[in-house]
Amino acid sequence: MSDNLIEIRDLSFAYQERLVLKGINLSARRGQVIAIMGNSGCGKTTLLRLIGGALRPTRGLLRVDGVDMGSLDQTGLYRLRRRMGMLFQFGALFTDISVFENVAFPLREHTALPEEMIRDLVLMKLNAVGLRGAQDLMPSELSGGMARRVALARSIALDPALILYDEPFAGLDPISLGVTGNLIRRLTDTLGMTSVVVTHDVQESLKIVDYVYFVSEGVIVAEGTPAQIKASDLPYVHQFVHGEEDGPVPFHYPAPGYADDLALQPC
Amino acid sequence: MLSGLANGLRGIGRRVVDGVWRMGVATRFFLLTLFHSGQSFRRFQLIIREIFTAGVLSLIIILVSGLFVGMVLGLQGYETLQTYGSEEALGILVALSLVRELGPVVAALLFASRAGSAITAEIGLMKATEQIAAMEMMAVDPIARVVAPRFWGAVISMPFLAALFSAMGILGGYLVGVILIGVDEGSFWSQMQAAVDFKEDILNGVIKSVVFGIAVTVIALFEGYDAPPTAEGVSRATTRTVVTSSLAILGLDFILTAFMFRGV
Amino acid sequence: MQRATIDLWVGIFVVAGFAAILFLALKVGNMGGFDSTATYVVKASFDNIGGLKVRAPVKSAGVVVGRVSDISFDGAAYEASVSLSLDARYKFPKDTSAAIMTSGLLGEQYIALEAGGDEKMLAQGDGITLTQGAVVLENLIGQFLYSKSESDAKAADGSQ
Repeated sequence: MSDNLIEIRDLSFAYQERLVLKGINLSARRGQVIAIMGNSGCGKTTLLRLIGGALRPTRGLLRVDGVDMGSLDQTGLYRLRRRMGMLFQFGALFTDISVFENVAFPLREHTALPEEMIRDLVLMKLNAVGLRGAQDLMPSELSGGMARRVALARSIALDPALILYDEPFAGLDPISLGVTGNLIRRLTDTLGMTSVVVTHDVQESLKIVDYVYFVSEGVIVAEGTPAQIKASDLPYVHQFVHGEEDGPVPFHYPAPGYADDLALQPC
Repeated sequence: MLSGLANGLRGIGRRVVDGVWRMGVATRFFLLTLFHSGQSFRRFQLIIREIFTAGVLSLIIILVSGLFVGMVLGLQGYETLQTYGSEEALGILVALSLVRELGPVVAALLFASRAGSAITAEIGLMKATEQIAAMEMMAVDPIARVVAPRFWGAVISMPFLAALFSAMGILGGYLVGVILIGVDEGSFWSQMQAAVDFKEDILNGVIKSVVFGIAVTVIALFEGYDAPPTAEGVSRATTRTVVTSSLAILGLDFILTAFMFRGV
Repeated sequence: MQRATIDLWVGIFVVAGFAAILFLALKVGNMGGFDSTATYVVKASFDNIGGLKVRAPVKSAGVVVGRVSDISFDGAAYEASVSLSLDARYKFPKDTSAAIMTSGLLGEQYIALEAGGDEKMLAQGDGITLTQGAVVLENLIGQFLYSKSESDAKAADGSQ
């Protein structure tokens, strides 16, 4: 078995006619945390959905854990997904059941464990994210950061080999931001998982990841370790890392000349 | 002028094509739900939960409405029958109109607006908050885990609700007709019993309510599952559920009545 | 909500639902009447059945002893052929007569059986020969008006 949990070669994807991803090459070793960065609408969420099997590649190779995702049927996909976790942007907790039941959900669906063992496992997972005390709360009673930590506990319930994070840092206060970032790193290390983080939060993710891919307009424009990225003088990366207003990604949406638009032609 | 006509025709054509397409998708969805029902029967607790939300929580509105509808029937029926001097037929009038028509139809209409809209809103919101997607990522089929138990819970609840509605209505008619106005109690019940047939009237009423239950639930589930994942999309889908299922109930009622009671 | 509470409520709901159906079947409908018991069918022909319908009661001495199970038109005799399904518990002599009556002035129509004196009893498939059709209101009114104008004319003759 190869050392790469995720192996992507020359992957393209199109929504009907519109080409979203053009020839992506990417790989993630076991035990690594990799980040996929880019500005909004660059196709990074699409890439994550492809890895999760929610979308099928139009062209190219996509292997997860040695399995070719392009040729997988529903049963095979569901079997693979039991070894996969995904943290959605706002947690996507089931709002009609308690925190405890949310974490217990995958265990109840996929295992026939006795109730006491489910209880022990759930409390262990909740303890790992520091929310053992919140087990009886309903999702509506949680703050955004707490909800995401519960969702994280739920996605590691079956000890997956791979966790996908969709914008884990969006809309968090600085403290929750640090907590979530450290959790991702720590869980990856202690559980021996691989993590793929899709984000546009540069500063936080550069602290925790092993490798970064920059996606723009459906192609990977830069990649490297956090140190390489920080030192990079590629204009796109520079603009992104330092949050500059104008650069290769323009401030203005393409428009006709300002003067023309305001009808300021001399009459 | 001519292009306006062509545009109008094109609009009609597009709507028809859209409508047929949606019906096809809904049918496929319905068959998929039936196909994935096995799991929910093996874990019957899931269905019991949905009988609670669809049936038990609709109980109050069904019982109270049934009582009032029956009381109004008693009052109006008495006024009308009195002119022909046959007040004793009040029992027949109340019982037949409830068991054959009002019970199944009004109970289903109430069910559509109480439980149907709730199902649509719940599933639409689950979709909008990515709960459905999260379930799929956990390798749990949402049709089997979310849709099928709701379908069976609602379909099982519907005939019970309709029967309770009819029973409450007959009690309401009895209260007004016999206790309040003073129609002879013996002839109220005996004429009713002579005229209401178990197979012809009561069983057909139950069949009607099962059909309505299936129609309302499929519409509610499909609209929820099909709703755009936005606040506006969910609210529109909820409205559409109530409108579409009400029309479906009344349309189906005509068809079923034509088949069941023709020539009797 | 606790699972035990949900189970309890659903249990109450299902029991109440079945109770309602049972109430409809026994108290409102005629199940438990003779629909479930054994019956035998006899035929009767009427010159006019008026508004008689299938499932109308068949009464004898005011007691419901059966129901009309089928109505058809006999093309040979130009008469209505009515099948009566009678409760097997009640036996009637062969020369029993059947008449179509109306309960009240405008009420529903039923068949009244008047027992005869024959030793032999009616059996499955037998026919009732002595029948009296429905009284048609229009004919009745016509007769009444006719006889009234006749008597009026007589009275006028007498006064002259």
